[in-house]
Amino acid sequence: MIFLDFEEPLEKLFEQLDKLKEVEEEGIVDVSETIKELEAKINSTRKEIYGNLTGWQRVLLSRHPERPYTLYYINQMCSKFIELHGDRTFSDDKAIVGGIGTMGGQTVVFVGHQKGVNTKMRQYRNFGMANPEGYRKALRLMKLAERFDLPVVTLIDTMGAFPGIEAEERGQAEAIARNMFEMAQLRVPIICVIIGEGASGGAIGIGLGDKVFMLENTWYSVISPESCSSILWRSWDQKELAAEALKLTAPDMLKMGLIDEIINEPLGGAHTAPEEMAKILKRHLKKTITALSAIPKDELIDRRINKYASMGVYEEQQEAVEEKNSKKGTKK
Amino acid sequence: MGWFKRLKDGIQTATRNKMEAPEGLWYKCKRCKETTTMKELRDNYFKCPSCNYHVRIGSRDYFHLIFDGQYKLMFDELRSVDALNFVDLKPYPERLEAAVKKTGLTDAISVAVGKVARKPLVIAAMDFSFIGGSMGSVVGERIAKAIDYCIEKRIPLMIISKSGGARMMESAYSLMQMAKTSAKLTQLAKAGIPYFSFLTDPTTGGVSASFAMLGDINFAEPEALIGFAGPRVIKETIKKDLPEGFQRSEFVLEHGFLDFIIDRKDLKERVGDLLAMFQSTTKKEKAQSS
Ligand SMILES: [Zn+2]
Repeated sequence: MIFLDFEEPLEKLFEQLDKLKEVEEEGIVDVSETIKELEAKINSTRKEIYGNLTGWQRVLLSRHPERPYTLYYINQMCSKFIELHGDRTFSDDKAIVGGIGTMGGQTVVFVGHQKGVNTKMRQYRNFGMANPEGYRKALRLMKLAERFDLPVVTLIDTMGAFPGIEAEERGQAEAIARNMFEMAQLRVPIICVIIGEGASGGAIGIGLGDKVFMLENTWYSVISPESCSSILWRSWDQKELAAEALKLTAPDMLKMGLIDEIINEPLGGAHTAPEEMAKILKRHLKKTITALSAIPKDELIDRRINKYASMGVYEEQQEAVEEKNSKKGTKK
Repeated sequence: MGWFKRLKDGIQTATRNKMEAPEGLWYKCKRCKETTTMKELRDNYFKCPSCNYHVRIGSRDYFHLIFDGQYKLMFDELRSVDALNFVDLKPYPERLEAAVKKTGLTDAISVAVGKVARKPLVIAAMDFSFIGGSMGSVVGERIAKAIDYCIEKRIPLMIISKSGGARMMESAYSLMQMAKTSAKLTQLAKAGIPYFSFLTDPTTGGVSASFAMLGDINFAEPEALIGFAGPRVIKETIKKDLPEGFQRSEFVLEHGFLDFIIDRKDLKERVGDLLAMFQSTTKKEKAQSS
């Protein structure tokens, strides 16, 4: 198990627990009561730590090296999954994966950012930072879903779209814009879930949907706290401040009306009980697919567009009237 | 909100319709360093008479250059608010107030309806001088309202992009404007109304990755910086020098994301031609829908 800095009290308790378990295995002294007490202590310590997470701590959790990634969830949730490759134009991007799966008897098209699980794989996956062909592969699969009337689930986990020379040559901006344009009118239900990091255009390039969920310990923002710090504070050191200012946590996003629901993680974070996390996610997805599938297509698209059209906060100033008219565009 | 009253004062000074183009008697070209008179520059469509460098100008300058004469501003009553109490080195309300004072504008985009070669056109033009032309809720909502207006009146839409991207001080609200404007543009497309996207220096980030790249026709001014990531970020990421002309209009045209590049002196005529050629389509749709 890898512990983050703010989990230090937990790390110590787990060390004690390991020692006790060794003693138990020797079978000379009965330590079962002590183990129970310690486990209770671990539980309460976790509740304490996880009940008061700062924005930055959520960012750290979302990047936890043991956190489950897209392919893990898909394979856990589906009885069968066939990965489909390539954008049919240029290449197969490794940072965005996709395919067709059977989830609880229902065929679903999945698309998601994929990070690597070790040093070698992280490079292979380009750290989950997609090139234009990744977004175009995603669009090809979503169009496939539309043609065969299959719901689309996108799993979002990226530090951003890749900023490289080739990415610009092949139209990173166009690829992201095109996806949002097409997703707005896609005639099948789209459910988007932030499972880790949701940074900017790289996230929303597969993030426009009928329902957008965030796992509890994830973040979603217009920019990463590090980049925000470097631009607005002109220093890399204000990432904690930036994380607070950006209001990037799931509860913040729900309060702003920009996501539809928070999906709770097992206590201690998704990485402590990945199988359970996948079960929880599957339950939410199945329920939501059923509900969205019942909505007539035209209405589904109208609702989708109206949802996004209502996002934003601004005031309307009446020229003739002195008093201000406050208008909140977001739904609560 | 305390700044609101002061913001109002700022708006009254805005009636001067301050332009972004340089003021004074002389202009020294940023590129060739030649000095010309301001009048010469103005008469040359704010382009350097020696090297044709296109000087960065604002929304009002474009309105004057493109519209036949009179135009009417729309949706100017929408104002940005600090919904997140965002403070970096300065509180967001102070940044807004300073931008209003400096530019005489109410936000980073202005929408106007007028005529070009006697045909109606709605132009939404961005101002880089207003917080880097950044897109917040007001930019998104003005574009959304412009689209609704264009659909209702069956008038083509032109957006002149000039922006560093999303407005960080509105965080996820600004991110969602990418989805909002893209989704609204699908309604315009479905209604059969043409959308001309004109990209000017610079068009990057969340603006290039949403409405700016979604035109039925995408065209740009010469040598404008157009891209998703900024050159500095790319350079830091790949730790290599960027090739000459990287992310300039000519590069973007060469890679297939622009329909053409147009010199500012030919802009009005080209927009008029486009309107004339697409007019029949717009009218035919009208006959069908009514
Ligand atoms: Zn010059």
